[in-house]
Amino acid sequence: MLECREITKIYGRKTAVDNVSFKLEPGKIYAMLGPNGSGKTTLMKMAVGLVKPSSGGFYYNGKPVGPESRREVAYMSTEPYFYNWMTIKDVGQYYDDFFDDFSMEIYERLIQRMELSEEMKTKSLSSGMMAKLKIAVTMARRAKVYLLDEPLNGIDLLARDEIIRSVLEAAGEDTTLVISSHLVDELEKVVDAAIFIKESHLVEMCGVEELREERGKSVVDLYREIYGHGGEATC
Amino acid sequence: MDYNPALPIYLQVMTAIKHDIVVGRLALGEKMPSVRDLAIQYTINPNTAGRVYKELESEGVCFTRRGMGTFVTEEEEKVLQMKEEMAGDLISQFLGGMRRLGISREEAIGLVARYQSKADADGNGK
Repeated sequence: MLECREITKIYGRKTAVDNVSFKLEPGKIYAMLGPNGSGKTTLMKMAVGLVKPSSGGFYYNGKPVGPESRREVAYMSTEPYFYNWMTIKDVGQYYDDFFDDFSMEIYERLIQRMELSEEMKTKSLSSGMMAKLKIAVTMARRAKVYLLDEPLNGIDLLARDEIIRSVLEAAGEDTTLVISSHLVDELEKVVDAAIFIKESHLVEMCGVEELREERGKSVVDLYREIYGHGGEATC
Repeated sequence: MDYNPALPIYLQVMTAIKHDIVVGRLALGEKMPSVRDLAIQYTINPNTAGRVYKELESEGVCFTRRGMGTFVTEEEEKVLQMKEEMAGDLISQFLGGMRRLGISREEAIGLVARYQSKADADGNGK
């Protein structure tokens, strides 16, 4: 479905992503893990064509990503991207104009459940409310692929529960979800597989249940091994 | 629910559901949530939730009716069997702990009887 083929991205003298390849399957939820600055955001931006790789490329259903694939791939970036004057209702209409797959009905339901109201101005929102709004507007698209960059960052536990719930509701047999985070513990239970990124490299990609069944350890354990003192992946 | 990091998540959710059936929180023949609702209820991956039902079905704990969903078994016998299995697990855990303390099986049984009569005397037992 979404495939990353030997991608390298160089910014000046810094290599942000170094020869990374992986394939994502429909019907699965992936965690993209790694500390800040490991290259997760750059990878996601390349997956939607917002950043051009120095070499290699992202392919969606066999074709290079671009405006075409963006119709089916929903991306939520870390930085807020709404105008100050917008109300929550305006944000919904803005998205509705932009994306054919946007559902006002789903959006209104999500907004209500997340205890936001349509009249609120985006500039008055707390960081937790902003995080919920970003999720609501992204998940209200009936996309095939959802790429969520740090959706759980800097928000309280209850808001996180709401966000995870919306993610689980959107997951379907033909959708793919990628969630980047360093909150490993909370993601472990809800994902099929974890992609470990360290210092611009893909270190490992493994299934959560396979890891437990075959190696008797959790994603959290593996995270400690990979990023802990002198940690190197074991396979 | 807290999960043990060394055990597959689907096994842990299966145990929780069996427990609910044995204590009657889930009734015989009761309709179970959909796969997606099970995933939301336990905050687990939907494919893991699907596997939970598949495995429960193959053990005869649940069954599916085409187009209607998953249901708890209707056989009382099956529930008694699960209850016995769970009691067996608790006993072997208990005996294992006692053995590690250097207490033999006979001594352990004696300790249980003594503990029980003391609890009765204190009015806490049942």
